[in-house]
Amino acid sequence: MANDDSEFIPDDDSIGFVETQQATLFEAPDKLCLESGVRFGPINVAYETYGALSPEKDNAIFVCHALTGDAHVAGWHDGETKKPGWWNDFVGPGKGLDTNKYFVICANVLSGCTGTTGPSSIDPTTGKQYGLNFPFITVGDIVKVHSALVEHLGIKKLLAVIGGSLGGMQVLDWAARFPDQMAAVVCLAAAAKLSAQGIAFNVVGRRAIFTDPKFNGGEYYDDPEGPRFGLALARMVAHITYLSDVSIEDKFGRRLQNSGHLKYNLDQETEFQVGSYLHYQGKRFVERFDANSYVCLTHAMDYFDLAEEHGSIRAALEKSNANFLLASYTSDWLFTTAQSLELVSELVKGKRNVSFVELTSSKGHDAFLLEIEPLEQLVRPLLERTRLEIAAQQKTADSSGDNHDG
Amino acid sequence: MGKKRYCMPDPQAAITDELLMQHIDHGSRVIDLGCGDGRLLEKLRDAHGCSVQGVELDLSEIFTCIGRGVPAIFMDLDQGLSTIPDDAFDIAVLSQTLQQVRHPAAVLSEMLRISRRALVVVPNFAHWRIRQQVVLSGRTPVTQALPYSWYNTPNLHFMSMADFRELTGRLNVRIVHEIPIIAGRSQRRAWLPNVRAESLFYILERGDADGSSASA
Repeated sequence: MANDDSEFIPDDDSIGFVETQQATLFEAPDKLCLESGVRFGPINVAYETYGALSPEKDNAIFVCHALTGDAHVAGWHDGETKKPGWWNDFVGPGKGLDTNKYFVICANVLSGCTGTTGPSSIDPTTGKQYGLNFPFITVGDIVKVHSALVEHLGIKKLLAVIGGSLGGMQVLDWAARFPDQMAAVVCLAAAAKLSAQGIAFNVVGRRAIFTDPKFNGGEYYDDPEGPRFGLALARMVAHITYLSDVSIEDKFGRRLQNSGHLKYNLDQETEFQVGSYLHYQGKRFVERFDANSYVCLTHAMDYFDLAEEHGSIRAALEKSNANFLLASYTSDWLFTTAQSLELVSELVKGKRNVSFVELTSSKGHDAFLLEIEPLEQLVRPLLERTRLEIAAQQKTADSSGDNHDG
Repeated sequence: MGKKRYCMPDPQAAITDELLMQHIDHGSRVIDLGCGDGRLLEKLRDAHGCSVQGVELDLSEIFTCIGRGVPAIFMDLDQGLSTIPDDAFDIAVLSQTLQQVRHPAAVLSEMLRISRRALVVVPNFAHWRIRQQVVLSGRTPVTQALPYSWYNTPNLHFMSMADFRELTGRLNVRIVHEIPIIAGRSQRRAWLPNVRAESLFYILERGDADGSSASA
């Protein structure tokens, strides 16, 4: 096995081997003031970067990951042979986010479980994992950490921030909170708030975790098992919301898993392929995700409400001069086109620069991860144009500066 | 995407653009319904300092708009403009498109909901060449200005100058200007415009509250 791993060569069109990096931010006395009122720090941030930062530092793009994503967007980690980063088809040399041109950054979110401080991190005051003593985290808190990381990297203004789903919520919050920190905003399959239906699914997911006997109020880190059944169930339910009726039908139909005919046996829990698939998804998820992080992040998603925080969506976003680009997908029923159009309407009212497309896809909410070609066609011209605009502004600023000197 | 184009190939597009630009004040906030590749809006932004917004049904045209820095929204005019708020614009432009939408009256009303003023260019189906073809050949006319056969035309409605005037009256829309386009040029005081104009350029505003909609 070890030999196989060492001989593994990443596919030609990926960025190749990458490593996760760490930054420590918000050390005392400059702790982060969370929206809940708690002051919290220090915070370790796990992040990855791809491509090179230009001397003018005008080519940085920040990718905000979704609920269960991580900082590993593209390329391969050493020892990783099965799957590259989660958006490998979109980020890399010559791809939608072209790492030959742009410097791409992605960080694991605050309260996540893949390197950034979260409930499974050690609380320095107790020497034990935080568990549910971890403070309540909001999308705004996550964005404040991202924003601080960008400053830490010496970048004044990002060329763009881009994200889908919970990542799209971060993008919107970021544009509202730090309107001068980016020149373009790309928000995919997201909304100004989660629908009641979306909240309902999160409630079921958390219920599955909380009622797992091994959850133990979030203190399960000494238990090798932990609340794996609850977490797997939460994932199974959520996974259905990421698909569409058509995509499930196309993928599985009513096909049976192990035999050509029904067994009429009540003990048989899963006979249909769709059932085995969901079980497999649940099982895989438990291997890589922490139940307490899942609880934290679904709460953050439920709480997000751009209009409530800023008075209106328009008020939230009208301070930003960024080029906004929004996209929704025809078969996405978790974040609908109507929700994107609500944002578009408010942006038009606020006289912002807004482009919007509804892309045709049968893949449901997951389309933003899978439908790479239309995304490239949208994002490429936006990035090129925005970079030209920045250069033109810079030129104007420079020449007016010269005049002053003269 | 297999859907029909709202921005039809128009041999007189450049001329029409020029005419539209003459009637759009510097610094206006302009929405172009069926903006195509964003050509007109780009000119308005760069030459007139306008704040611009495009609406388009063809995705590939939207990609082009984005590359030009012209913001564009994917929208089907036949599904209504409910996403666009009331009075969000000074001017709404609809060039060579009204005859292609399913409900022209609804689109006109929507234009004057979202903007103070509407600039509309429509083909005149009462042009003498069209009349001549219908009478002499007994077939659906195909002209340089209307280069389609009956089975592949994107045009769903066939109106004349007289027809358009009648519709504005019904909708309580005020015609601020009515400019016939003859031989590719705007001719404000033309003789027999309903016979000679291949297209018509209208500047429209909401009629008075009392319902009067006197034509200019």
